[in-house]
Amino acid sequence: MTVEVRGEQLGPTEKIILDADILERPRISMVRDTLNRLLKNKVATVSAIYIIALAVAAIIAPLITPYGRDEPNFQSTRETPSAEHFFGSDKLGRDIFTRIIFGSRVSLGVAFIGSFTAMLIGVTYGAISGYFGGWVDDLMMRFVDLMFGFPTLLFIILMMLIIPPNSSTGLIMVGLFVALGLVSWLNVARLVRGQFLSMREKEFVEAAVALGASPFRIMSRHLLPNTIGPIVIWLTLSIPGLILVESTLSFIGLGVKPPVPSWGGMLAEGWRAMRTLPHLALAPGIAITLTMIAFNFFGDGLRDALDPMMRGRE
Amino acid sequence: MFTFIVNRLVRSIIVIFLISVVTFTFMQLVPGGPFGSDAGGRPRAPEIQRRLEAEYGLDRPPVEQYITYMTKLVFQFDFGPSLRQIDFTVNQLLFGYDFWDDPLNTPVMISAQLGLLSFFIAVGVGIPLGVVSALYRNKLPDHAAMLVTTLGISIPNFVLGLLMILLFSLTLHWLPVYGWGDSWKQMVMPVITLGTGGMAFIARLTRASVLETLGQDYIRTARAKGLKERFVLARHALPNSLIPVITVLGPLLAAWLTGTFFVELIFAIPGIGKFFITAVTDRDYSLIMGTILIYSSVLVIANLVVDILYGVLDPRIRY
Repeated sequence: MTVEVRGEQLGPTEKIILDADILERPRISMVRDTLNRLLKNKVATVSAIYIIALAVAAIIAPLITPYGRDEPNFQSTRETPSAEHFFGSDKLGRDIFTRIIFGSRVSLGVAFIGSFTAMLIGVTYGAISGYFGGWVDDLMMRFVDLMFGFPTLLFIILMMLIIPPNSSTGLIMVGLFVALGLVSWLNVARLVRGQFLSMREKEFVEAAVALGASPFRIMSRHLLPNTIGPIVIWLTLSIPGLILVESTLSFIGLGVKPPVPSWGGMLAEGWRAMRTLPHLALAPGIAITLTMIAFNFFGDGLRDALDPMMRGRE
Repeated sequence: MFTFIVNRLVRSIIVIFLISVVTFTFMQLVPGGPFGSDAGGRPRAPEIQRRLEAEYGLDRPPVEQYITYMTKLVFQFDFGPSLRQIDFTVNQLLFGYDFWDDPLNTPVMISAQLGLLSFFIAVGVGIPLGVVSALYRNKLPDHAAMLVTTLGISIPNFVLGLLMILLFSLTLHWLPVYGWGDSWKQMVMPVITLGTGGMAFIARLTRASVLETLGQDYIRTARAKGLKERFVLARHALPNSLIPVITVLGPLLAAWLTGTFFVELIFAIPGIGKFFITAVTDRDYSLIMGTILIYSSVLVIANLVVDILYGVLDPRIRY
């Protein structure tokens, strides 16, 4: 191939230099690069927009909802969806749309903070286990295996029962964060431990040790940044799981207490009237499903964007 | 192989023992008891509550309670009386009045049937779907399959169950709303409800694993020596790519065999799934122990089977 520059025919040597010039593109950060790739994925972008819109709606809920959260209206009870009540109204005449938006506060809040709690526990645990290896690792991983032997939901329920039944919504929410965090960290601990175990033998760690870096510094400055990708992917994909658990708990009656709305609680109220008023159960059911779909699509897109080599794989 | 199995069984018994200790400790930590008003029962006079607790041995020190309970369980296979469903023993609640009289109609076996059927459907559809999806990577069948499986893992089973009841029972009147064991029609919706999520999960995992395997050197070697593509897949790619898949099948099967709360609740199936939740909210200590120990025993056995299957799929794995 010959390249023409400013009308001049170039010789072979000059051409090689030119190719090298082409190879040097403007530098972009990893975040920028990931974002570029993510934006090319339409499904993931739409999902991200949905998630952001829902999060914003949850935060500014009182500004955008047409009625008060618990505002009863006995003139219009059990209405089917209409222009006044987008998703209909329940047996007390409360607006379902309004309650769905307020309910997203509980679902999203618990899922986000619960996942972060789990991430903090799991990353710390996995990092220590993987970095120190040997008997420490053996013992710590045995414990993880033991934890895997419990039915997760039952464990969460046991923990939720420790909270007195008449507690405030705030305390129940904190209980949910802690309970979900305490059972959901196992997978991320295994993930981080595996990564650390393989990386600590690499040259850059050896170099850091030789320079006299402390174990904490090596873990936080050298190993952790190299594990951020898988952790973020795990985080995104664990959120829909926790949304599901939160709805399940509210469905059983162990989540936030009425009249505070949550999607699972609304579903539990609605499903017994399936035959006559299906919208009561359908509205929260669809809200849960759509949100989980959005997080799953976004998580898949993020994985592809963060790790182009693995594109399209799990 | 034999020593491996014995070894694993011994370790499993230790794990189950530890799980029983942790469960018991947790139960002691949870405030309220089966006879108090915390668990939703009616308030009782303190003397009556004390008499009831003495009757069931709950006034003894925890360690003594644990030893008494476990001794009866190990030597007589007796899970004790249910503390909340008075006049029932836990054995009756879980295994029916007379297990051998009509084994298929006992709560454990009803849950097991539902779980096993769903498992076969999930594996039978999920694995082929994943393989097809991997072979047609980034083509239409792959995109279609990935859309279906993402929906499948996203839709909670209680929502799927309700949607199906609404469509097939209340609108089209094709299938009965509830029940189990009278006709095959009753099984269709519960099995689909339970199986869909697992099917989608298995399909995605299979797809990822097959793609990973197809990139390996030995696949190129197999192709290079002129093997038919069908043979490369069946003989070289599939067995190796199934290893990560069967790893997750163990816990999945264990969870499904021991009953699932929502599917049994929605379709009014008399299995044992509901006890996993009601036992805890009721503080029915003996029933909690019963359900957890059944679950962890099934889990341990399922994982053992998975480990044995590894050796079948990959002859390099020796015990």
